[in-house]
Amino acid sequence: MTYDVPVGPGESADLQEHIDTGREAWPMWEVFVRARRGISHVHIGSLHAADSETALQNARDVYTRRGEGVSIWVVPSEEVHAFEPDDAADYVDANEKVYRHATAYEIPDEVGHM
Amino acid sequence: MTPEEKFQAIVEAEDKIEPTDWMPEGYRKTLIRQIAQHAHSEIIGMQPEGNWITRAPTLHRKAILMAKVQDEAGHGLYLYSAAETLGVDRDEMQELLHQGKHKYSSIFNYPTLTWADIGTIGWLVDGAAITNQVMLTRCSYGPYARGMVRICKEESFHQRQGYESLIRLCQGSEEQKAMAQDALNRWWWPSLMMFGPPDSDSTHTERSMQWKIKRVSNDDLRQQFVDMTVPQAGYLGITIPDPELKWNEERGHYDFGEVDWDEFWQVVKGNGPMNRERVENKTRAWEEGAWVREAANAYAAKQSKKDAA
Repeated sequence: MTYDVPVGPGESADLQEHIDTGREAWPMWEVFVRARRGISHVHIGSLHAADSETALQNARDVYTRRGEGVSIWVVPSEEVHAFEPDDAADYVDANEKVYRHATAYEIPDEVGHM
Repeated sequence: MTPEEKFQAIVEAEDKIEPTDWMPEGYRKTLIRQIAQHAHSEIIGMQPEGNWITRAPTLHRKAILMAKVQDEAGHGLYLYSAAETLGVDRDEMQELLHQGKHKYSSIFNYPTLTWADIGTIGWLVDGAAITNQVMLTRCSYGPYARGMVRICKEESFHQRQGYESLIRLCQGSEEQKAMAQDALNRWWWPSLMMFGPPDSDSTHTERSMQWKIKRVSNDDLRQQFVDMTVPQAGYLGITIPDPELKWNEERGHYDFGEVDWDEFWQVVKGNGPMNRERVENKTRAWEEGAWVREAANAYAAKQSKKDAA
């Protein structure tokens, strides 16, 4: 469905106002699915669940309704660690160290495929 | 380069913006609003169709309808997850919907009066949704675009099952065909309204296009939908309720009549036939499920204490 629903009366156009619902929400889990044998689990999305058991059951119902997977991992979202985005500058620039790539070396045609 | 320039450069290069990237506050707010609205639409959209599950004409159609309604729940969940990457809680979004501060697509404020409405929703409402969502698979925000790819695959089932169900009705008795025609008469104009107000009145379109959240304007999407749908109605042998509808050779598109925008605004303002009931049902389901959510938390706490011991 979609959605260019215009701002109507009573709707706050600025939806950043945070509200405290006073409830304890279920924690979030990241879901990884192995599509078939022989390939890795791949991140497919996230969901909320009270514990790992229900997280797995929910993941099966939400992300594999049409045989999308043969195995599921769920990981608490708060256990996923990453660099700060600004640290991305420290990643190796592929163009900077071309000598690391196989394509940087010229092999004469007579040698054949290498 | 300022963060803003860097952001726009990523967008211009048709790269995706990801949750931890810097983004303009307006971009974040627009996306939260749009994705939440989209998620709520999927969830509220379960009601008009759920209305016919117990009365589906055959076990086969009942199984299809249950699978479809379950898909809508799944779509809502993918979308809530995408919205959450922007820093809004699922619980908050529920609360805002129940308080009427978040909207959902007005199409779901119309009632499903006959079985033919179910096929027609699949054909027209999901058809309109696909038109919009295919565009959104190219949206600049990564989590939203990825969610759309999954959703579009499943929407294709929704549209095809609906159209096939209408083929059966239209090849059936006179009464069945009349039922299909009646459903088309009631759903045609609200379906065209799904694309939002005309470009001349749409306040969001221009900025959303610059940010590549939206890639095609409301009117262009509406035209695309009409062009696609007219021949499909022709195959069914039922008539689109628009006397002004005709092929325009010069434009290479169908011309069609003016949407009743007064009706559209009335429904947006909460005066559609089903607005109140939809939100009441949703709120009641949420409140009646509170004990389940609390019990699951209590059980999880007890188990983790046991594991720790």
